[in-house]
Amino acid sequence: MAELGRAALLVTLGLAVYALVAGAAAAYLGRRRLALSAQNALTAASFSTLVASGVLLAALVRSDFSFSYVARTTSEALPLQYKISAFWGGQEGSLLFWLAILTACGALAVRLNRAWARDLIVWAVPVFAAVAVFFSFLVVVVASPFATQAAPLDGAGMTPSLQNPYMLAHPIFLYLGYVGLTVPFAFALGSLLSGRVDERWLVATRRWTLFAWAALGIGQLLGSHWAYVEVGWGGYFAWDPVENAALMPWLAATAFLHSVMIQEKRGMLRVWNILLVLLAFALALFGTFLTRSGILNSIHSFTQSSIGPWFLAFIALTVAVSLTLLFRRLPQLRSPTRLESPVSREAAFLYNNLLLLALCLTILWGVVYPILSEAVRGEAVVLGRAYYDFFLRIFGLPLLLLMGIGPLIAWRRASLQSLLTTFRWPTLVALVSGVVLLTLGAGSSIPGLIAYTFAAFVLTTIVLEFARGTRARMALGAGSWSGAFFSLLTRNRRRYGGYVVHASIVILAVGIAGSSAFDSVAEARLTRGDSMSIGDYTLVYQSLDERVASNATEIRATLGVSRGDRDLGTLEAGKNAYTVEAQLSNEVGIRSDLLTGEDLFVIAEQVDPDGTVYFRVFVKPLVNLIWIAGFVFVLGSLIALWPNAREQRRLIQRSSEIGLPATR
Amino acid sequence: MTLALVLAALLAVVCVVAVAFPFIREPEPESDSLHDLNDDERRRLELLEERDRALAALKELEFDHRTGTISDEDYRALLGPLRRDAANALRALEPDRAGTPPDKPETREGRPTGGRT
Repeated sequence: MAELGRAALLVTLGLAVYALVAGAAAAYLGRRRLALSAQNALTAASFSTLVASGVLLAALVRSDFSFSYVARTTSEALPLQYKISAFWGGQEGSLLFWLAILTACGALAVRLNRAWARDLIVWAVPVFAAVAVFFSFLVVVVASPFATQAAPLDGAGMTPSLQNPYMLAHPIFLYLGYVGLTVPFAFALGSLLSGRVDERWLVATRRWTLFAWAALGIGQLLGSHWAYVEVGWGGYFAWDPVENAALMPWLAATAFLHSVMIQEKRGMLRVWNILLVLLAFALALFGTFLTRSGILNSIHSFTQSSIGPWFLAFIALTVAVSLTLLFRRLPQLRSPTRLESPVSREAAFLYNNLLLLALCLTILWGVVYPILSEAVRGEAVVLGRAYYDFFLRIFGLPLLLLMGIGPLIAWRRASLQSLLTTFRWPTLVALVSGVVLLTLGAGSSIPGLIAYTFAAFVLTTIVLEFARGTRARMALGAGSWSGAFFSLLTRNRRRYGGYVVHASIVILAVGIAGSSAFDSVAEARLTRGDSMSIGDYTLVYQSLDERVASNATEIRATLGVSRGDRDLGTLEAGKNAYTVEAQLSNEVGIRSDLLTGEDLFVIAEQVDPDGTVYFRVFVKPLVNLIWIAGFVFVLGSLIALWPNAREQRRLIQRSSEIGLPATR
Repeated sequence: MTLALVLAALLAVVCVVAVAFPFIREPEPESDSLHDLNDDERRRLELLEERDRALAALKELEFDHRTGTISDEDYRALLGPLRRDAANALRALEPDRAGTPPDKPETREGRPTGGRT
C-alpha cells in the first residue's frame, strides 16, 4: 500500500500548490468561485493527507517492514501503542503528522470564520497553502515516509526512552501547539496582504492562539514528567535545546495573548502584535528544525538528517516576506491611541511583554550560541544551566510579580491612592509569608524565598479578584454564591480563565522553586542489607530481581523505605535491557507524598554483576505541585477557550452593518 | 499494487471534483467578483470597532468599580473620557446612516488621533 501513501501525498502537494496559486490569484483578481475552489483544495488536501496517514499507521500496526520507516522505528515485539506512537516518533512520520495537523487546522479555521471574515480568509488561504506546500514537498521529495525496501525479518526497534506512555500524548500536544501557531500567522499575513488590518484577524485567531499556546504548555508539562520518570537523571527540565525549542514559541505566544488585549481595549501595539505572531510561528518552525535536523546534541534529538537547510531556507523566506509586508503596511497600522501613563494596565502588560520577549531571546541566544561559536571559533561552546537559571531569575521573578499587579490596575492610568488600596492585602500577605518562610529556614535560597513571597502576593490578588467579582455578581442579583461564581466565570471567560491560568503558573513557580532551590541529594554504593539516609528518610537495599518482559529484561533493586520510625513500604529502581535495540534505560523509583507534595526519587545508576548497586537519591520538596499546576492550567485554558456565542453574534452583526455578504 | 493504484486514482478524482465544485455548481454565475470593502466601508468598520471597544471598556470599568478593583477616584477620572470616546464613535457613525461618509472621531484633546506603535 506504499503506492497509495505516495500517491496521496502527491495529491496533497498538488492541491496545496493549487490552493496557493489559485488562492492568490482569486484574492488578487477578486474572483469568488476561484477563492472557494482554493478553500476546497485546502480541505481536500486535509483529506488526502489523512489517507496517507492512515496508510502509514496501518503499516506500523501490521509491522510491514517493507516500509523503510516502519523497519527503522519499530520491531515485531514492540507493544501496539508504541507502534502507533512511532508515527510521530521518527522524522518522516513526524513531518507527515505536521502536515496532517496543518491541513486540518487550516481547513477548520477557514470554515469556522467564514461567517464574518470572508474577505480576510481569501488572503489567509494562500498563506496556509504556502506552508502546506513546504511540508508536503518535504514528505514527497526529501523525506518520504513511504520509501520501501526488501522487508527484513525484524525492525530496528524504538529508542527505549520513547517506549513510555507519555510518548502517546507529549509529541501530539507539542505538534498541535507548533502547528496551531500557523493559524494566527496565516491570518496576520492575510491581513497584511489584503490591507484589512482591523482587529478581525485578532478575533479570528485569538482562540486558535490560545489553543496552540495551551497545547504547547500541556505538551511541555507532559514532556517534563516524561523526562522526570523516564530519562532518569533526577530532574524534569534541563534547558536542553529541544526543550527550549518548545518553550520559546510558548513565551512568544504568551506575550501575544497579553498584548492582544491592549490592541483590543486600546487599539495600540498593532505592529508589535503582528511581530509577535510572526516570531511565535518562526520559533515553532525553528523548534521543528531543531528537533528534526539533529544539528544540536540533545537527549530529545532522535534523528540526524539533511532536512535542516530546507527548514532554514523556509524560515528565512517566511521572515523576509512577513517583514516586507509589515513594512509596506506600516502607515495603516498607526495606532489611534497612545500610552497615557506608565502606571496603567496596558503599561503593566507592556512590561510583561518586554520581560517575556527578553527571556525568549535570551533562551534563543543560548540555543544558537553553540552553532555560532562553532562557526566562528571552530569549537561548539554550550551555555550551561547557570546561564539559563540566571536569566530565568532576572526575568522570571519580575514576571511573576507582574502577574499579580497587571490585572488589578486600571486601564489608561491609576492613581497612587488606588494602588495602595488595591494592593494593601496582597502586600501584607506576601510580607507575612516571606517572614514566616524566612523563620522556617527558606532563606537558604534567596531566589526561592523571593519566588514564594511573590507567589503569595499573586495568589492573594487572584483570590481577592474572585471573591470581589462573586460578591459583585451577587449584588447584581445572581442569587447564591455558587450561582454568582458560575455567572462570573461565564460572563468573562477570558479574564477569569486567565486568572486560573495565572494561579497555575504560581503553583508551577512554587513547585520549581521548592524542588530546585531546596532539594537534597545523596549517593552510595550498597550491597544487600546496607542502608543509606537522606533527610528524614532511611533506605535499606533489600534485593535485586530480574524478570523478562515482552521487549526487555527488567532488573530491579528493591529498597525498604522508612521515615523516622514510620515504615513507608518498598521502592523499586533499576534498569531495562532492551533486546532488539541493544540499549539500557534507567527505570527510576519514585515515592510521592501527596500531603506535602514531596518526592523521594531513587536512581540505580550502576548495577554490578555481584549485585552491588550504586544509588543516587533525591528528596524534592513540592515537586508534585508542578504536575498539579498542569491540571489547573488545563482548567484555566478550557475556561478561556470556551466559545463565546455573544461575541460571535457581535462580530457577525458588525460585518453585516458594513454590508459584508454572508458566506455561500 | 493494483488496488492501491485504483484507490489513489479514486482519491485524485474525488479531490478534483471538490476543487472544481464551485464551478460545477455555478457554471454561469450572476457575479463572480468578491465583495471588497471600499474606503467608506473600511472607515465604518474602524468606527464600529471603536464604538464596541469604548462600550466594552465602559462596561468593564463599571464592573471593576463595583468589585472594588478600581477606586472611586480612578473611576471618576476614567468615566468621563470613556463616555466621550463612546459618544464620539457613535456620533461619527450617525451621519453615515443618513448616507454621508462618517466623520473622523476626535480624541479627548480634540485632535485627530495618530502615532505608530
